[in-house]
Amino acid sequence: MVAKTLYDKLFEAHVVTQRDDGSALIYIDRHIIHEVTSPQAFEGLRLAGRQPWRVGANFATLDHNVPTTPFKSAADIEDDTSRIQVQTLEENTRAFGIREFGIGDVRQGIVHVMAPEQGAVLPGMTVVCGDSHTSTNGALACLAHGIGTSEVEHVLATQCLVAKKMKNMQIRVDGDLGPGVTAKDVVLHIIGVIGTAGGTGYALEFAGSAIRSLSMEGRMTVCNMAIEAGARAGMVAVDDKTIDYCQGRPFSPTGEQWDAAVEYWRTLVSDEGAQFDAVVEINAADIKPQVSWGTSPEMVLPVDATLPDPTQESDAVKRAGMERAYEYMGLTPGMKISDIKVDRVFIGSCTNSRIEDLRAAAEVAKGKKKAASVKQVLVVPGSGLVKKQAEEEGLDKVFVEAGFEWREPGCSMCLAMNPDRLQPGEHCASTSNRNFEGRQGNGGRTHLVSPAMAAAAAVAGHFVDIRDC
Amino acid sequence: MDKFITHTGLVAPLDRANVDTDQIIPKQFLKSIKRTGFGPNLFDEWRYLDEGQPGQDNSKRPLNKDFVLNQPRYLGASVLLARRNFGCGSSREHAPWALQDFGFRAVLAPSFADIFFNNCFKNGMLPIVLPEDDIETLFQQVFAQEGYQLTVDLAEQVVVRPDGVKIPFEVDAFRKHCLLNGLDDIGLTLQESDAIRAYEASRQQREPWVFVQ
Repeated sequence: MVAKTLYDKLFEAHVVTQRDDGSALIYIDRHIIHEVTSPQAFEGLRLAGRQPWRVGANFATLDHNVPTTPFKSAADIEDDTSRIQVQTLEENTRAFGIREFGIGDVRQGIVHVMAPEQGAVLPGMTVVCGDSHTSTNGALACLAHGIGTSEVEHVLATQCLVAKKMKNMQIRVDGDLGPGVTAKDVVLHIIGVIGTAGGTGYALEFAGSAIRSLSMEGRMTVCNMAIEAGARAGMVAVDDKTIDYCQGRPFSPTGEQWDAAVEYWRTLVSDEGAQFDAVVEINAADIKPQVSWGTSPEMVLPVDATLPDPTQESDAVKRAGMERAYEYMGLTPGMKISDIKVDRVFIGSCTNSRIEDLRAAAEVAKGKKKAASVKQVLVVPGSGLVKKQAEEEGLDKVFVEAGFEWREPGCSMCLAMNPDRLQPGEHCASTSNRNFEGRQGNGGRTHLVSPAMAAAAAVAGHFVDIRDC
Repeated sequence: MDKFITHTGLVAPLDRANVDTDQIIPKQFLKSIKRTGFGPNLFDEWRYLDEGQPGQDNSKRPLNKDFVLNQPRYLGASVLLARRNFGCGSSREHAPWALQDFGFRAVLAPSFADIFFNNCFKNGMLPIVLPEDDIETLFQQVFAQEGYQLTVDLAEQVVVRPDGVKIPFEVDAFRKHCLLNGLDDIGLTLQESDAIRAYEASRQQREPWVFVQ
């Protein structure tokens, strides 16, 4: 028998028909829907007089546009365009009979937090959503990736996608992670090594003892940023942690079906001797807490580093990119990362808004106060259920006592489609995933970090090495 | 979907690597529930000196005269010449919608981000991967010659330079077929409904938990 990778197994298990040109029609088990990338797809269905192929495959919630201050219904959203988009999703899910965790539902939250939390996404599934961070779900040994709106419509109408098999890349992180080094630092380090296009055309499998040692939530953080390494999909093989995580979730199987599921899920690992088109090996001991300094996630460094000198870069295209990044970020080569002052701090997003992230931030913030120079520290839980659990654990009080703001769930300042945003020129320590120009607000300057590093920066007013705290 | 067979047009050079979808169309414009009208806000943060908002009269906004698409010699460009990893970032199809609404029919680069690349084909727009050396030559030629045009011939799979040099490119057979004929791929997939139903039935046997109501 030919040894197969996890990705080979997932892809092959979903082939409906194979075409001569190498493309295939693949079946989609779960389709997650939010308000931003779906309206035109529903409109397309209507215009063509089509119905969803399998309504039960769809899970919808609201996340990108929702305010993170308390509100009761869509009518309370002040921004006209945001309100219309939220109401449009509500109308569409009602009209087509699609399950939606809407405003006021404790299950409402960021799509990629909600779906695993509900057991909507389970090992062995194909999962798509009109959002590039759908790769998050790969932590559960799923084939999960983002799609555009035309494909949202295609999946709604046919439950399938036309796909060509990607290449296999294994990223092995072996050894023990040092103190203060988190899943976020692991993935930022990986992106620093392979670059933002390093994974283009590949499905990434994260493996090795350091990945195994991560919790399921940590693995979600790593898979979440596969797209920042250029890969549509990232995944981690099934182990006991995967099975334990899935047990007892609302949409997880029970009884005999659970037993059958576990038996199948245990096979969702890359076989011994499986061939990868590329292998990247990383020593866990080399990874330090990371801070991004530029306008691409690959512009990232260990916290104890100094900013690089563009004149030392031999690749002209890269050098031009670095020079532009310095200009945009208002930083100079040779500067120490710890000398970068922060104006705002954002703890949240589909990368880092789960309970463990909030616990890590709270542990740093406990008994401390945000620096007077820091204008705002936003803590935005990933879902209503994360918020509830955090409050049961008293984390909200820790944050409020430290001068942080405890908010309602949503995407918030990760992409600033709601009122949470940076002002021009402001530096932000952010637990999100993209440091692109203007991402967190026009002219805003994003530095990607882990939740603990963000909380520490909030307290100090500049970046600090969490290992010294 | 619009057909794409062959296209000749003015080339605009966007001399930056890693152009991300937040740059192509900033998030505040994603709140639209339509597929059209994104062109005036293409590259909004680079094209204008102020911060753009949906519903503005863009003709009254201050332009960044240095930005390539605001330079008179590139007015009316329909072929975008770009650097590596073009279209990285989010899955927003608003990015190809904005490029297309602005008037672009083809984008040439050494590499593209996967999702953006895929999204282009759904909208009658052709992303073409060319070797970095060829792209570099094209940049030099565009800078050197005002009114520089390229012909993109999808049937023949070549980009034709004004000096007659033909640069071949690869394209998936299925995507080429759909673009040449302007085919709606949902309709094509639905022709395989029986196969989809048969697949579902077998999965339901093996993994019934997937099929929640």
